[in-house]
Amino acid sequence: MGLYDIIFYLFALVTVSSAVVVVSAKNIIYSAFSLLFTLFGVAGMYVLLGSDFIAIVQLMVYVGGILILLIFGVMLTNKVTNVEIKSGSIQLLPALIGVVVLAVLLIMLMTNTNWHIQPGVIPQTTTKELGKLLLTDYVLVFELLGILLLIALVGAASIARREE
Amino acid sequence: MIQEILIDLFGNEIVAFIISAALPLVFIVPFVIFAVWLERKVSAHMQDRLGPMRVGWHGVLQTVADFIKLVQKEDIIAADADKKMFILAPIMVFAGSYAAYAAFPFSSAYIGSGVDVGIFFVIAISSVVVAGLLMAGWASNNKYSLYGAMRSAAQIVSYEIPTALVILSIVMVTGTLSLAEMSELQAGGFWNWQIFGGAETGLVKILLIPFMIIAFIIFYISSLAEVNRTPFDMPEAESELVSGYHTEYSGMKFSIFFLAEYANMFAVSAIAAILFFGGYQSPFGYIGDLLGIDWLVPFEQLFWFAMKGLFFVFVQMWLRWTLPRVRVDQLMTICWKYLIPYAFVNLIIIGLITLI
Repeated sequence: MGLYDIIFYLFALVTVSSAVVVVSAKNIIYSAFSLLFTLFGVAGMYVLLGSDFIAIVQLMVYVGGILILLIFGVMLTNKVTNVEIKSGSIQLLPALIGVVVLAVLLIMLMTNTNWHIQPGVIPQTTTKELGKLLLTDYVLVFELLGILLLIALVGAASIARREE
Repeated sequence: MIQEILIDLFGNEIVAFIISAALPLVFIVPFVIFAVWLERKVSAHMQDRLGPMRVGWHGVLQTVADFIKLVQKEDIIAADADKKMFILAPIMVFAGSYAAYAAFPFSSAYIGSGVDVGIFFVIAISSVVVAGLLMAGWASNNKYSLYGAMRSAAQIVSYEIPTALVILSIVMVTGTLSLAEMSELQAGGFWNWQIFGGAETGLVKILLIPFMIIAFIIFYISSLAEVNRTPFDMPEAESELVSGYHTEYSGMKFSIFFLAEYANMFAVSAIAAILFFGGYQSPFGYIGDLLGIDWLVPFEQLFWFAMKGLFFVFVQMWLRWTLPRVRVDQLMTICWKYLIPYAFVNLIIIGLITLI
């Protein structure tokens, strides 16, 4: 087992164990903060796969943006001084059925697919190539996503200002 | 380079990388000890006082004494605090600020990780600090702590935008995200520094200078806000919030917060130095080159890097004892109504100039 295997299992452990806490914690704040470690672990996986840019974007967007917003939301919408932010388990049977079906499907997919395996060549850097692709082959999607984000921004501002 | 030497020395990648990862700590701890003393001296002299005078020459060892005192203190965790998160928070905050040091080229011989996305990584990893601060504020179960943490997070998140815009304009000029390459591009004397138009020549260089200065000012203001320094120290505002998110912390945990805060101060100063003032490059030339001693050059570079960083840390202290604190609404006005539009316009102009 080489250095990279050890690092992979470390990240896998962090990701999976914190993901378990996310779904099982009674306190929503715990779930929110555990999600941080899950996202962080996934970023680590990306680094090991040689996609440095995606890993940093993962950190930036999910940890820096969405997660902080989530924590803010949880903190501001609940009683902040008392720990009364609880989440319980309901609908156990339907959830169990759903999980089992999904798990079986995923395992079937994993075992039955004819995976295209080739020795991985880890690129030195992905930023330049990604930038080129985004502005040539995928420029339409890229621009559309930009417009979508702009619409979301304008929409949020108009909702926030409606009462005036 | 140091990584290779360490691998040769220990014959083991894992040990070598762990040691290499610990090297910035060897820099940060003496820096913090010095900077805390400097802060007290600067504040004292600005207010016509002497400051610490008793421990060592002009009180140089005062921080060491203070540190020994802090270590001895009882480690108090309030009864209603959330114990697990209370302990985890200072670690997260320090880990976040320390991780940023991985991408800094201390000299041409040492950079923790030569990743190609250096500066982007530094911006992204600072979000871990924000999460840690929120954790500290929430776990303390104290309204002042929570207010401090909320203010701090809101401030850091909003001031990230002008910072990122300025960094983007530098990236457009240099064409790289790697901090080591950026420093490399500014070699050969201070007139090649980015603030003086970088290594460009002729018209482009002259046109770039005023906009680079504007970019630097925007960057410096927003970096002050990102490390919660006066005039943007609402998160700690002693007169209203006791001391913000670390109100409930004592002893060793408090000193870890302090360490992280000063490490952050140096980090943003180092980024300013790398982006605009040549990073580890000497402004004049190297004594090592002059005498033909090759191994001296990296040490000189380390010296210049530390000096530039320290200078900007000194400016931060200078501003702290000169300017009053702004209000929360003024803070948001400065960011959203002034810095961000200016940064955007500046970005467009610099983009146009680089097309010439």
